[in-house]
Amino acid sequence: MFSGELFFNAIVSGLLIGGFYAAVALGLSITFGCLEIVNIAHPTFVIFGSYVTYILNVNFGLDPILAGLVFVPAFFVLGMFLYRFYYASFERAGQESLNGLAFFFGLMFTVEVLLILVYGVDYRLVSAPYIGQTWHLGYIDFPLRQTVPFVVGTAMTIGVYLFLSKTFLGRAIKAVSQDRLALQLMGADPIRVKQYAMGIAIATAAVAGSLLIILGPVEPSQGRLYIGRVFAMVVLGGMGSVSGTLIAALLIGVIESFVATFYGPSWAPAVSFGLLFITLALRPQGMFGRA
Amino acid sequence: MGRFWLGATGVFMAGLLFTGAVDNEFYFFSGYVILQGLIMATAWNILGGFTGYVNFGSAGFFAVGAYISVALHQALALPLPFLILASGMVCGLMGLATGYLTLRLKGIYFAISTLAMAIVLETVITNWEYVGGASGAYILTPKDSLFFASYVELLFMVMLIIAIAAVAFARYLSTSRTGKGLTAIRDDELAAECMGVPTLRLKLVSATAMGVFMGMAGAPFPFFITFVDPLSAFSLFIAVNAIAMPLIGGTKVWYGPVIGALILGLTQEITTVTISSELNLLIVGVVLIGFITLAPGGIVGLVQDFSRKRLRSKAAPSAGGDR
Repeated sequence: MFSGELFFNAIVSGLLIGGFYAAVALGLSITFGCLEIVNIAHPTFVIFGSYVTYILNVNFGLDPILAGLVFVPAFFVLGMFLYRFYYASFERAGQESLNGLAFFFGLMFTVEVLLILVYGVDYRLVSAPYIGQTWHLGYIDFPLRQTVPFVVGTAMTIGVYLFLSKTFLGRAIKAVSQDRLALQLMGADPIRVKQYAMGIAIATAAVAGSLLIILGPVEPSQGRLYIGRVFAMVVLGGMGSVSGTLIAALLIGVIESFVATFYGPSWAPAVSFGLLFITLALRPQGMFGRA
Repeated sequence: MGRFWLGATGVFMAGLLFTGAVDNEFYFFSGYVILQGLIMATAWNILGGFTGYVNFGSAGFFAVGAYISVALHQALALPLPFLILASGMVCGLMGLATGYLTLRLKGIYFAISTLAMAIVLETVITNWEYVGGASGAYILTPKDSLFFASYVELLFMVMLIIAIAAVAFARYLSTSRTGKGLTAIRDDELAAECMGVPTLRLKLVSATAMGVFMGMAGAPFPFFITFVDPLSAFSLFIAVNAIAMPLIGGTKVWYGPVIGALILGLTQEITTVTISSELNLLIVGVVLIGFITLAPGGIVGLVQDFSRKRLRSKAAPSAGGDR
């Protein structure tokens, strides 16, 4: 019964999807991992990114990835405002745990309903010359609608990784959750650092959204499926470690692809959630995390 | 005793009178939905409000309750009260397991894992062919509706009884010694443990109670909508309501969720009829965000603040300023 063709195609397809998953989880790795802000609305921002991509693509014929990039500054500013609001309402009062969580839950729900109100529950899709083409390498398929998101997603993740480890602001973002006082002594304002970090996190959602709608049609409630996935990746990757998140994303992509190929796609959503569940219960610091 | 039970009896009698006097089934459909929200809000609040463990998986418990009811109805054709008890028991056990989870997972990690649990449950039920799987199951409404004019009136009264039981239990919990222990856990679990509060036992009690009432709220659901599929049973809307109602009403006291459920439930029913059901969802989201940011204590907190301010200004009328 073992089929090498099926096996290798499952691995490749899983890796390709995993690269895209990394793009979705990247923003949460920053907000949740570095800033300790539990933004469960992050996947909803990704869906929002898909819809702005859709609008630009359908109305102006812009390439989906270009459309996502056009919206990066807008999403960056949106993220900064979101942090300011979050700080003023919850963090300053020390209320972030329960109320902050409920706030993002309400935000997720509200954005989803707004998208349904404006665009309905129909699936939306974009058009680009590479969607629908497939490259073949031996008997292994590289569908471009998966390969392009993989390349862009992985590149973005590596870019953010380099930014966080090489630049002053990047290091400040990594430091802000570890030692706030030391950061202040280094002459950086923690509030402003966090504000930029949240801006970057939400900006990655714009690109991830454009990748999502290249990968397949999008509808407003899809974001919910990604909540468990992205949290699984961030926790599994060891809170705030971008490289760990990338590895975890590739891993989850491959496992999901295997489950979908050999057990049926209807079981795939349970994979990441089950994995998250087990990680949280047995090894909360993740695979690569500091104990 | 006394006033609360007098009030509860009054509500029950009013419900009976209502079924006798009103013929329009629409009111019972609306009433059922509001009561369902009330039970779930009260159940959520026992763990989320009193004990401080946020549960995003309410819809999971609710749906398991509904599906246990479907399965037992198909297999043994048990009457409704047994289905409710069975659902309550199964979901109570699930709640107990959730309670043990709190040993390892605190705060946000607990909240996220409940979210994960709901999706895992949804996947399992989607793949459970016996109860219809992804395509759903039809339930025939029983012909016999006792001495009520229609079956929905019977369901309405059943929900009223469960609601009274849930509220009575929540009230008992919050006013008893157990309730003080739960409050201590919410405020500082480590300190509570050090002071000799049996934190694990209390968390297990409150998580189990949450599960029991969530399951009971779900058990009559298949008979109410007559067609259940995973999408309707695991609807995000049900989960959001269970959280929004206590947060809007006030999470620290037993009557907070009741007030939130009545106000939000009534608003929803009215907007669904007069405007649209999508707009009604938007209202829930916006009102929820508004209350969390501006009035974290909910309506009860607002009223308490207001009366405290008035007392203070009465106590020191000539002193002026603060205190």
